[in-house]
Amino acid sequence: MIETEHLTRRFDLFTAVDDLTLRVEPGEVLGFLGPNGAGKSTAMKMISGFLAPSEGCAAVCGHDVVAEPHAARLALGYLPEGAPAYAEMVPHAFLRFIADMRGLRGEHRRRRIDTVVEQLHLGPVLYQPIATLSKGFKRRVGLAQALLHDPPVLILDEPTDGLDPNQKHEVRRLINTIAPEKTIVVSTHILEEVESVCTRAVVIRSGRVVADDTPAGLLARSRYRNAVTVAIAEEIGNAIDVLKGLPGVTGIERAADGHSVTVFGEDGLDTAARVRECCQVQGWTVTALRAEGGRLDDVFRDITASETAA
Amino acid sequence: MRAIGAIFRRELTGYFVTPVAYVFLVIFLALMGALTFYFGGFYERGQADLGPFFGLHPWLYAFLVPALAMRLWAEERDTGTIELLLTLPVTTAQAVIGKFLAAWVFVLFALVLTAPMWWTVNYLGEPDNGVILAAYIGSAFMAGGFLAIGSFVSALTRSQVVAFVIGFVLCFLFLMAGYPLVLDAFRGWAPQGVVDAISALSFQAHFESIRRGVLELRDLIYFFGLIVFFLFANVTVIEMKKGE
Repeated sequence: MIETEHLTRRFDLFTAVDDLTLRVEPGEVLGFLGPNGAGKSTAMKMISGFLAPSEGCAAVCGHDVVAEPHAARLALGYLPEGAPAYAEMVPHAFLRFIADMRGLRGEHRRRRIDTVVEQLHLGPVLYQPIATLSKGFKRRVGLAQALLHDPPVLILDEPTDGLDPNQKHEVRRLINTIAPEKTIVVSTHILEEVESVCTRAVVIRSGRVVADDTPAGLLARSRYRNAVTVAIAEEIGNAIDVLKGLPGVTGIERAADGHSVTVFGEDGLDTAARVRECCQVQGWTVTALRAEGGRLDDVFRDITASETAA
Repeated sequence: MRAIGAIFRRELTGYFVTPVAYVFLVIFLALMGALTFYFGGFYERGQADLGPFFGLHPWLYAFLVPALAMRLWAEERDTGTIELLLTLPVTTAQAVIGKFLAAWVFVLFALVLTAPMWWTVNYLGEPDNGVILAAYIGSAFMAGGFLAIGSFVSALTRSQVVAFVIGFVLCFLFLMAGYPLVLDAFRGWAPQGVVDAISALSFQAHFESIRRGVLELRDLIYFFGLIVFFLFANVTVIEMKKGE
């Protein structure tokens, strides 16, 4: 479990994290979202015990990270920003070093190293200097290091950054596999990641929480949540007026290609059925019809940009 | 203790998987040998002792030890591994001590490799081996002093080059603290007590008596105190600069 209360960090004049109060329970995978410089990494650095808070406190499994750093760190696996690792070492020696630091011994140590090597497919590079590894392998070495002692709490700063789509999929699957018993915080700017691994999404901007919801809840804030995009062979200009007049349609937007429009429906309306029915009645040739669902990037932009403009 | 041990082993192994160890050892031993014979007048003196050899140690340490120490913390900060290291179950003090001890043991290893000099004087004559042993012990402590300064400076910056240059200058000033070069800068305005205190900080003065075979506790305490002071400063600097 992770708890923070009024966690704040100031650098000179600038407040990186401002009054962050969070509680993350076991079984939760919290996606930490926000534009670059929003304070995600600073918040994670404080929870991991690297940076001291200017105000407020953070606790990992009930251990305050400042008052009981040792106990808090034992319970925590941390992947710092950029997945740093000692470049001159080979992954095997690196993992053994981390195991020593964490007090894993003998048979248990060997088993845990074997397990993470297998989980992250590090077998082929186990004896190559980390400096020579690809970005994807480096990231996975960092993840292996964080998972090594099988901690109840994991804080992963951009765990899939630099991975190719297959590797991303693998890492997300891994997170999903271990998630039920663990408390996990993942920071990311890849929004699809939130939908595929997170049970909860917290969006921060300028160090403050601006949204705390389930991914589905965030999606529901999208203006596209009940929208349908339709393309027809006929002149779109006339069609727009007809579609606009349909009951339950709240808005319409013409696409740049000139042939398709996005129709926004009010909540509870089956927009796709309504549009299809209308096309049949009008005798238009429908070349494409697509339900939009919510767009997370849209919500993200709305939430994180709105107040900066104001 | 466990964490210090793990860091110590990692660091010490680290010297030998990169060229650092070999370059350092070769240069250290070659310079020691060459300078002792050419500048120290090893043969011409006609004495079976290691006086000229130990006389070189402070000067060689002043630039070789900062070269060894420059990466200790600057590299950790530059590559971001400091965040990894200091979020493991270890205190900053333990990390500083583990790294320092590894570097110190490495310098001691280099010192042990100079044993052929000792064999040579024993082959050529009958030196006072007690004096030689005392000088070796003094040299080991002095190396620790230089190393603590280097480690502290390395924590001040993320650039290893800057760490080397500042480390070298600081080591050089400590070495020269008993000479007019440094003392004259203070004589004009500072009270005599301050000048004396600065003079008392000189590595040279403390090592000189050890080198002559007078292994006094106060000289060892001086070097030990210096190590403790700079490692303490090292920890403080790391804590202060973490947020940057």
